[in-house]
Amino acid sequence: MIIEMPSTTTNDVNKRLVKLRDEGGAVALGRVLTLVIDVGDHGVEAAIEAANFASREHPCRVIVIAPNNDRESNELDAQIRIGGDAGASEVIVLHPSGELRGHGDTLVIPLLLPDAPIVAWWPYEPPANPAADPIGRMAQRRITDSTECSQSLQTLQRLSTVYSPGDTDLAWTRITLWRGLLAAALDQPPYESVTRAVVAGNSTHPSVDLIAAWLAQELRCPVEIERQPDAPAITLVSLERKSGPIVLDRPDGKTAALRQPDQPEHRIALPIRQLSECLAEELRRLDADEVYADVLTKGLARL
Amino acid sequence: MSPRTNPHKVTADDNPLRDPRDRRLPRIAGPSGLVIFGVTGDLARKKLLPAVYDLTNRGLLPPGFGLTGFARRDWETQDFAQIVHDSVKKYARTPFREATWRQLAEGIRFVQGEFDDPEAFERLATTVHDLDVERGTGGNHAFYLSVPPSAFPIVCRQLAKSGLSKSREGSWRRVVIEKPFGHDLESARALNDVVSEVFEPDDVFRIDHYLGKETVQNLLVLRFANQMFEPIWNAHYVDHVQITMAEDIGIGGRAGYYDGIGAARDVIQNHLIQLLALTAMEEPVSFSPEDLRAEKIKVLSAVRVPRDLAKHTARGQYSAGWQGGEEVVGYLEEQGIPAESTTETFAAIRVDIDTRRWAGVPFYLRTGKRLGHRVTEIAVVFKRAPHLPFESTATQELGNNALVIRVQPDEGVTLRFGAKVPGTAMEVRDVTMDFGYGHAFTESSPEAYERLILDVLLGDPPLFPRHEEVELSWKILDPITKSWAAKGKPEPYRSGTWGPASAEAMMARDGRTWRAP
Repeated sequence: MIIEMPSTTTNDVNKRLVKLRDEGGAVALGRVLTLVIDVGDHGVEAAIEAANFASREHPCRVIVIAPNNDRESNELDAQIRIGGDAGASEVIVLHPSGELRGHGDTLVIPLLLPDAPIVAWWPYEPPANPAADPIGRMAQRRITDSTECSQSLQTLQRLSTVYSPGDTDLAWTRITLWRGLLAAALDQPPYESVTRAVVAGNSTHPSVDLIAAWLAQELRCPVEIERQPDAPAITLVSLERKSGPIVLDRPDGKTAALRQPDQPEHRIALPIRQLSECLAEELRRLDADEVYADVLTKGLARL
Repeated sequence: MSPRTNPHKVTADDNPLRDPRDRRLPRIAGPSGLVIFGVTGDLARKKLLPAVYDLTNRGLLPPGFGLTGFARRDWETQDFAQIVHDSVKKYARTPFREATWRQLAEGIRFVQGEFDDPEAFERLATTVHDLDVERGTGGNHAFYLSVPPSAFPIVCRQLAKSGLSKSREGSWRRVVIEKPFGHDLESARALNDVVSEVFEPDDVFRIDHYLGKETVQNLLVLRFANQMFEPIWNAHYVDHVQITMAEDIGIGGRAGYYDGIGAARDVIQNHLIQLLALTAMEEPVSFSPEDLRAEKIKVLSAVRVPRDLAKHTARGQYSAGWQGGEEVVGYLEEQGIPAESTTETFAAIRVDIDTRRWAGVPFYLRTGKRLGHRVTEIAVVFKRAPHLPFESTATQELGNNALVIRVQPDEGVTLRFGAKVPGTAMEVRDVTMDFGYGHAFTESSPEAYERLILDVLLGDPPLFPRHEEVELSWKILDPITKSWAAKGKPEPYRSGTWGPASAEAMMARDGRTWRAP
C-alpha cells in the first residue's frame, strides 16, 4: 500500500504510521534498525528495491530523502509504503523543497525508531565527509558506494582521507566472495609466502583497487594492477608463490576458474554480486569494519 | 611505491589473509567430499541433497567438492545427478542457479552396490580416490550413514575393510550417524563399540538436527549473553519446566522403524533430553566443544527418575479420529502395525535434577504423534509472586509468569506476565510479549542440515552429542521403558487431542497442568 501525503509535516507522518499499525496490526517492534537513504538528485526506486530485499533479512524502517529541486516553497511531501510495496520494512519517502532541503536531519530525527541503530546510505554521490554530514553524524554506520560515482577512483581516494570508524563502501562488500576464496586457497598446503600478486579488472572499478590494496596490506608483497577498459568488474587475481601461482580467473563475470599447481582446475559460480545482496551483508554488522579501515587508509597507499 | 619489506609468512596456522578482525570472510570448508549411504531415502532427497546445494550456492563448500551417492539402485552417475537435480529444484532454500548447479554437478558420482558386497566398497574406494585426483578433494571424506541403525555395523566394517575409514597423514575421514543411537543402554554401547572400532571418537558426528536449529543455539545466547535471565534461572524463581515436542502427523510410512521403538526412544532420548541439558546446565567456561560437553554431561548425570514411575509418567497410543478436518486411522490400524502392538505414540515423563540450582523443580518432558498441532517448545514456568498486594479477586485470572522458547515452527521467544485490564476496577490478566525470529532477523535462516553438514566438513563438533551423553540419556530412559514394557497396553487417546487422560492426571498429582502450546 502506498499513501501519499502532500504538504505535510513529520509529526503527521508519525501519527499516520501509528494509526496504520493499529489498523493493520503491522508490527514495528521487531524492526532492528533505521536505514536512512539519501539519494540526492537520483530516483528513489532502485534504492528502495534494494532496501526492501535487504529488509527481509534485517527488518528495518527505511527513510528515503529525495529533495525536490523544482519547487521553491519550503514544503515537505511525504509518502508511506507498507505491506507488499515495502518488503519486510516500512518505507517513508520524504521530498523536501526550498530551505527544508538543508535540514534533512531534523526531518529524519522524529521518524527514527526508538533505541535502534541508524544506518545511513548514499547510493550515489556521497558527501565530501560522510561522518561530518548531518545525517552521517547520527548514524552508527555510513555506507557509500564509490562504484556508482561518476569519478569512482577519485571518490575512493577522497573517502580514504576522511575515514572515520563506521564508514564502509559497497565496492568493498562486492569483493567479499573473492576474498573468501583467496583466503581459503591460502589455508591449504603448501604453506608458502606470496611473493607477488596481480589483479586485473575494469579500469574504473573501485573494487579492483580495494582487492589489490587488501592483498598489499595483508601479504606485504608487490601488487600490480592490470586495468582493462571494458572488463566486468574484477576479472583475475593471481598470487605468485614458489611452487606456482594460485589463479582465480573470471573473464565473463559469471563463472570463475581456480587454478593451482598440482590441482585439478575448479569452476566456481561467482556471479557479480547484486546491490541488494551487498546491502544485506552490510547491515549484518553494525560495528566498525577495522579491516576495511586498514585497507582504505593504509593499503591503497601501498599500491 | 611498495616498501621494501619481506612478504608476510604463510603457515598452516597463520594465513595473513585471515585477519581475526575480518568478520565478513565466510568460513569455507577445505577440500573434501561427502559420501551418502542411503541416497534414495526421504531424508537424503528432502534435506541432505538440498542442503549441499544451498551450501554451494552460499559459496561455503570448497570449489572441488565431491558428492558421492551409494545405493542399491541400478543407477548410473547421470541418473543420480538427475535425482539430485530434481530434489534440489524442489526442496532447496536458495534459488536455483544454473552455474551453481554445474559447479556441484561436476563433483557428483554414484556407486551401485549392496552393503554386504565387498566389491561395491572397492568400487567406492576407487571412486573416492578418483575424486582426490580429478577434483582435488585431498583425501578428506565424510561418510553420511543415512541408513537404518541395523545397517551401521556392516557399513562400518566394510568401510574399515576397504581401507576407506583410514586417513593419510594430514587428511581426515569422518562418519556421520543419525539417531536413534541404539534402543537402550546396552545396544547403544554395542553400536558405539562397532563405530569406535573403525573411527576415532573425534571423527564420529552424531547428528541431531534439532541441535542445528537457530533457536537452540539462541537458547545459549539468551541464557549466557544476557544479564536479566540467568539470575532467575533457578529453584528460587522457577516452579517447573515443560519441554514439549508435538507432531500432528502419524507414523506415516515408518511402521517398520517405529513399532517397538515408540515415542520415548524416538524423541525423548535424543531431542528432549538434549534440550533439557541445554536448559538446565550451568554456564560453560567457554563455547568450545569440550567445555560445552562437560556441562551437559554434568547436568545429565544429576538427572533423577521418579521412584514411582506409574504416578509420574504417562504413555498413550493414538486411536482413530479426525484431525485438521481429515479422518485418520488409529495406530493399530496403520499399515504394517500388529493389532496387539504396545508401542507408545505419546510419552510424558517427569524427571528431577539433583543440583543446588534445580532442587525441587520438576522437568516435564512430553512428546507424541497426532497431537493438536506441530510444535516444539521449552517453557520455563515461574513461581507466583510470594505476596500479592491486591484483592484476591483482582488476580484471579493471573497465572504463573512463563518464558517460552519456541523451537518450531515460527521460532521465537514468548514472555507471559500479568497486566492490568483497562478500566476503573483493578483486574490483572495474563498477556504475552512475543519475539519472533522471523520478525527481527532473516527470513532465510539456514536449514539445520546446512549448518550441521558444514560443521562436519569443518570438523567443528560443538553441536553434536558425544557417546557419553548418549549413554547418560539411555540411563535416564531405560528404567522407564522397562517399567512400561511390564504394564501391557498404553492408554488410547483420540487423534488431534493433547494426549491421554493419564498425562493430565500425572500433572494434576503435582498440582500443575500442561500448557496448551
